[in-house]
Amino acid sequence: MQTYYSDLLVIGAGLAGERVAVESALAGFNVICLSIVPARRSHSSAAQGGMQAALGNCAMGEGDNVDVHFMDTVKGSDWGCDQEVARLFADAAPIEMRRLAHWGVPWNRVVPGTSSYFKGGEKFEKFEKPEKEGLITARSFGGTAKWRTCYTSDGTGHAVMCTMDNKCAELGISVLDRKEAISLIHDGQQCMGAIVRCLRTGKLETYLAKATAICTGGFGRIYKATTNAVICDGGGHVIAQDTGVVPIGNPEAIQFHPTGIVPTDILVTEGCRGDGGTLLDVNEERFMHIYEPEKAELASRDVVSRRMTEHMRAGKGVQSAYGEHLWLDIRHLGDKHISTKLREVDEICQNFLGVDARTQLIPVRPTQHYTMAGVRTDKNGAAYGLKGLFSAGEAACWDMHGFNRLGGNSLAETVVAGGIIGVKIVEFLKGTETSFNTGVINAEAKRQQERIDNLISGRLGRENVYKVRAEMQEALMQGCFVFRNEKDLGTCVEVLQGLLERSARIGLVSKGLGANHEVAAALKIQGQVRLAMCIAQAALVRRESRGSHNREDFPARDDKNWLNRTLAYWPEGRTMPELKYEEATPHFEIPPGERGYGGGKIIHADQKEIEAKTITKSK
Amino acid sequence: MGRLLQFEIFRYNPEDKDSAPHMQTFVLEETTNMTLFIALNRLREEQDPGLIFDFCCRAGICGACAMVINGRPGLACQTKTKDLPETITLMPLPVFKLIGDLSVDTGIWFREMYQKTESWIHTTKEFDPAKEEERMDNAVAEEIYELERCIECGCCISACGTARLRDDFMGAAALNRIARFVIDPRDQRTDNQYFDIIGNDYGIFGCMGLLACEDVCPKKLPLQNQLGFLRRKMGITAIKQFIRK
Ligand SMILES: Cc1cc2nc3c(=O)[nH]c(=O)nc-3n(C[C@H](O)[C@H](O)[C@H](O)COP(=O)(O)OP(=O)(O)OC[C@H]3O[C@@H](n4cnc5c(N)ncnc54)[C@H](O)[C@@H]3O)c2cc1C
Ligand code: SF4
Ligand code: SF4
Ligand code: FES
Repeated sequence: MQTYYSDLLVIGAGLAGERVAVESALAGFNVICLSIVPARRSHSSAAQGGMQAALGNCAMGEGDNVDVHFMDTVKGSDWGCDQEVARLFADAAPIEMRRLAHWGVPWNRVVPGTSSYFKGGEKFEKFEKPEKEGLITARSFGGTAKWRTCYTSDGTGHAVMCTMDNKCAELGISVLDRKEAISLIHDGQQCMGAIVRCLRTGKLETYLAKATAICTGGFGRIYKATTNAVICDGGGHVIAQDTGVVPIGNPEAIQFHPTGIVPTDILVTEGCRGDGGTLLDVNEERFMHIYEPEKAELASRDVVSRRMTEHMRAGKGVQSAYGEHLWLDIRHLGDKHISTKLREVDEICQNFLGVDARTQLIPVRPTQHYTMAGVRTDKNGAAYGLKGLFSAGEAACWDMHGFNRLGGNSLAETVVAGGIIGVKIVEFLKGTETSFNTGVINAEAKRQQERIDNLISGRLGRENVYKVRAEMQEALMQGCFVFRNEKDLGTCVEVLQGLLERSARIGLVSKGLGANHEVAAALKIQGQVRLAMCIAQAALVRRESRGSHNREDFPARDDKNWLNRTLAYWPEGRTMPELKYEEATPHFEIPPGERGYGGGKIIHADQKEIEAKTITKSK
Repeated sequence: MGRLLQFEIFRYNPEDKDSAPHMQTFVLEETTNMTLFIALNRLREEQDPGLIFDFCCRAGICGACAMVINGRPGLACQTKTKDLPETITLMPLPVFKLIGDLSVDTGIWFREMYQKTESWIHTTKEFDPAKEEERMDNAVAEEIYELERCIECGCCISACGTARLRDDFMGAAALNRIARFVIDPRDQRTDNQYFDIIGNDYGIFGCMGLLACEDVCPKKLPLQNQLGFLRRKMGITAIKQFIRK
């Protein structure tokens, strides 16, 4: 078996992974970055809308600053986030956007003079100051007090991903594509690297490193309806949790996006609503302002998704062969706007729906979109449980998003966290020497080879991986979607328990040779079912509603009992996750309060305890 | 009932000793709004789990799923079966190394291209985190983005006569990449430096200008304009260098 050594092994070459890699390479360390697909195909490149940073350059962003960004982020999280982390993030975001500009991102810039914009279907005017000409501009996004989302047309993720990947090429970082990590090498204390399957040949390889970073993105694909790419399947989470000592943070915190198109669940950006698009019901009437007079279409995603579902339940949905949906209307934005600033949306509508968004309505409904859940790390990005293991980006629960992340805050997180955690990894690399235990390495390599051999020979059974996967996806759709309740969650857990057993008895239909996909699917299915169980079980136990976690039977946000974060461990041999809890945040800069949208009752926490944890920090 | 579609698919798995290149026929019933993404996944999940092909975003934005569809390179995920006849022939892209069946190695090809074109901003300026960003004209930013929209699907390369004849030809995607840096005011490279990279038969002078690349580009990049722009620019640079000698 081939063995490769590096100072840092980054699993995942999306924006977070590459940003981490760049930091270490700049400090002179040897880095290898692995990816299932060529780096630029990572899901980061699919992000259209933009990334938040309080630059305050544009007219509607005037008066914005890092404190306002911090406050929006905490409110967005429904007070579920780590406020220390949210603060680190908001403070660093503007610097990181400027750095990206220096590295080559073609940000849209302020154009001076009067121009018009739409809000809630109505036309308004704004004036951009001449002295701001050429600075990075911003657009509006849900849940933000100011226009703060930096963008390049509607290909922000693509543009930033190109720049970051170029930077990696410039620094000579080995970015290896078609390499999939299938397990971590560790001794229960320390992480030493990973066993990797080459997706060109199907052979196993060993990667040893002083530090390993999991930057594998989200795991939307365990749901049936998701905006995520087919590679966003939780491989990184699975190998972390499989160690038995690394927990998944807040597994029940899964975000649903209001505007997945029907039937394919491809996302049309929140920029549509940010730029003034509206949601219409079966009568082609607006409804969001009825539920949310203040923010209307621009409330946070959890709120809009919930309101849409409520409205459909009230009989106002549009019936279709693929179930009920609502309409997104951007017709009034006009040809120029649609063909430039919303071009990807335009193309998606043409190519996948045969709809011309200039004259026709877009069928949309809430769809799985983002995982706030992730590999739990501390504020330095170090994973709980194993020394030398780090995580960043959507894969991580660094936890600036709590129970709901704001649009534009995730892409920004990838580079901001990548930068901050990259620096911490450099410190770690400088302060550590490692010796690798060949016994541990060989045992792990052997264990993985055996798993593949068993799948091919069918020694453990003949269950079909694609069938098990489809049933798991369906179970989550039924039990753990926008609304949750005791009964459906109970059923979901039961179904998943059956699937967990079946997932241990998979046998391949194909020969399993070379770049075989069935092997890849089979290697991770058991871990995926475990992730699904973590979501369902954590959601069942959490008897409150917070951010994206909505319990119909417990609609209040219960700060008295649930102002905390779930940690889901899976020790070896278990058939259920072990749930533990920790404080949501070490201190409050903003004590728990009303979000200003979404309504809902709050069961207040003990005021004295909150006060004791509240600090003041202003810039 | 929908049409019965007949798929003729190229099969070869280099890692399987028993495998030889051949075409295999599959039959599948068409459903509404079916794309090749849906069809191929159904074939793999229901009929032959050994079938090798690539998809990633399934939304026409990542470039993973390019293949030759009824003789023409294109993105499988955004190809609707209703726009195709009942018999659908799928082949892997030529020029790139075959991984198996419909999957080819665009990753390594493009990584090498980044190195050849030095696909990054060349500047002596240092980033200063304490300073406001350097200003840029919005129109310039939009122009740069226009060329940066390439998704590295490889369609243009596999449709290109020159690229099929000589494997050292850079191809339209690489030349477009250079054009992106030429118009970027942040990149301090001179025309002579660009000439060293593309002022030869592997680069701009190897291109026969037959348009195939632009025809098949799923992102509709203005490849011909860029090739023309570079050819003129490099032509002038060549003359200047010649006069100086
Ligand atoms: C359609 C869409 C639009 C979005 N738009 C926005 C937006 O406008 N603004 C915003 O802020 N956020 C947006 N998001 C969210 C944001 O894009 C993602 O959260 C973010 O890009 C994740 O980046 P990442 O680097 O963490 O992971 P990714 O970019 O997903 O990268 C993951 C990497 O890990 C690799 N990988 C995975 N598993 C393995 C394994 N086992 N072994 C080796 N490699 C592996 C993959 O190949 C890939 O390179 C959007 C998301 C979607 C789905
Ligand atoms: S115009 Fe040039 S690059 Fe494009 S296909 Fe023809 S020879 Fe190839
Ligand atoms: S230029 Fe067009 S055809 Fe060529 S690789 Fe890029 S997107 Fe594909
Ligand atoms: S799968 Fe991404 S372009 Fe087709």
